[in-house]
Amino acid sequence: MTAVPDGGAPLRPCAVEARPSVGGGAATELRHDLKLIAEMIEPGARVLDIGCGDGALLAYLVRHKGVDGRGMELSQSGVNACVGHGLSVIQGDADRDLAAYPTGAFDVVVLSQTLQATREPRKVLETLVRIGRRAIVSFPNFGFWRIRLNLLVCGRMPMSPLLAHPWYETPNIHLCTIRDFVAMCDEIDVRVERSLTLDRHGQPYSLDPHGSLANLLAEQGVFVLSEKRG
Amino acid sequence: MSTLISQRLRSRPDQEWPGHRLLVHEPLRLDCGVDFGPFTIAYQIYGTLNPDRTNAMLVCHALTGDQYVADPHPITDKPGWWETMVGPGLVLDTERYFVICANVLGGCMGTTGPQDINPATGDPWALSFPVITVRDMVRAQKRLLDHLGIDSLFCVTGGSMGGMQVLQWAASYPECVFAAVPIAAAARHSAQNIAFHEVGRQAIIADPEWCGGRYLSLGRRPVRGLAVARMAAHITYLSEPALHRKFGRNLQDRHAVTYGFDADFQVESYLRHQGSTFVDRFDANSYLYITRAMDYFDLAAEHGGSLANAFKGTPSRFCIISFTSDWLFPTSESRELVRALNAAAANVSFVEIETDNGHDAFLLHEPELFETLRGFLTGCAEHRGLTRSW
Repeated sequence: MTAVPDGGAPLRPCAVEARPSVGGGAATELRHDLKLIAEMIEPGARVLDIGCGDGALLAYLVRHKGVDGRGMELSQSGVNACVGHGLSVIQGDADRDLAAYPTGAFDVVVLSQTLQATREPRKVLETLVRIGRRAIVSFPNFGFWRIRLNLLVCGRMPMSPLLAHPWYETPNIHLCTIRDFVAMCDEIDVRVERSLTLDRHGQPYSLDPHGSLANLLAEQGVFVLSEKRG
Repeated sequence: MSTLISQRLRSRPDQEWPGHRLLVHEPLRLDCGVDFGPFTIAYQIYGTLNPDRTNAMLVCHALTGDQYVADPHPITDKPGWWETMVGPGLVLDTERYFVICANVLGGCMGTTGPQDINPATGDPWALSFPVITVRDMVRAQKRLLDHLGIDSLFCVTGGSMGGMQVLQWAASYPECVFAAVPIAAAARHSAQNIAFHEVGRQAIIADPEWCGGRYLSLGRRPVRGLAVARMAAHITYLSEPALHRKFGRNLQDRHAVTYGFDADFQVESYLRHQGSTFVDRFDANSYLYITRAMDYFDLAAEHGGSLANAFKGTPSRFCIISFTSDWLFPTSESRELVRALNAAAANVSFVEIETDNGHDAFLLHEPELFETLRGFLTGCAEHRGLTRSW
């Protein structure tokens, strides 16, 4: 976590690890992008948070929105912390363990900053919209100008607050740009219901998420997806 | 010494053992087709049932466990098998919850089992005792709860065979189980586990003192066979790293091997001790019957081959717990259970705890087990609307 990219500012930890602690009920401040996601979820919904980390979003949703919340997390320490705080979380892997859920099991399935770490993102997306009526997916935009510039100027694999690992130990094996993501959704049976692009501080841009400018300026994208019907 | 205590176990009228007893008059229809009864259930209770009767917890014991979950054992005087878990201020907080633990049907600590007298013959049941299943054990426990006026359990928990009972409870009486915590368990007994049980049973049966199961009527006891069964089973409760850590190849009270068949190694001495103390408190026929019940356990088979069907529409909240070094009920079995519960859209948590204590970890001081369980129960208590005091 202390590595500094060439000429760059010291890095913040990566997104998943940066999730604030559940803290046993203290009023924790939710990260901006997670707050945006939380706002998209209706009270009382059945929610599955995949890659839930230490359960910050889930705890927030259970406490403030009364959702029926479940989580899935790869790291055992994350799972144990969540369960120890009364959240319903299982140890699991988005690639392997989503298939077991029945169709329409959830109102909302959240995949925050995890898609790029899956082995088969396309299949995962298709599963998300099958098991949830809606899926909310956020991911780092590899088309973000700082990342482009970083590669251009430094000639090394770009690192950023959302992509904080050096190339040889990054879990992020399927990075994409916002345009890549939209193109894939068009190709497969996934409908984009709503999309947001966020700046470096997690604030939404009022840009057309499908345009080139958003693909250049946004550090991450948040997409609300559903299954294409008919 | 061991023979003396064994004598005590056999001749002692079970009424002398401390705790509660319920005589169930209405016969129980067992899986084997027999209507069994009347029969006795011996049980212990801790804490106070709240006025709404919503704070009851059922603890299910393992193969060789008993109802003395937090009391000294009446024969061995050893502390209760889960006394670090059950008590005031502990994870299963008896200031908050009303904890019940009953000896299983077929057991030998007061609940009717093969060592008890068959009223029809005046002799011990021995092998005329009907073969029972985990589902039969749970049916018997349900009678006890009906008697106690408890319609819905806040939580059912237990390790190993106790965990099998938890799963059976959730499958048979879903509306009665608010939270289910099977620990180091599985939805069916594996071929390897059946194989180990068969070794144990054959050790008992091969003991000439077993006498076709009629040893009690003949004033004999197959202590050697039962001890060997326990020794073999005990190995499966540990792990290779734990055995190595505890004993290595260390010698027992000697500096060199003796070129004989004494217990040269500490691990041999330890196992012999485990075997010889076990026979003081356990009945050989009970061992046959209860291991059989575990072997027959297969929740999916009961539900058309689909484990998810066993939990279809379940309202219960599940917390599945496994241990990394448990090779008797490995994490893969728990994972299968989690997948089935997910397929049933159940509310499930799953925690694997890293330890080298093997299957026995559920009985030992595993801080992460305690923390997880405490957190899960606290969350469930909030959902159940259980306040801290009443």
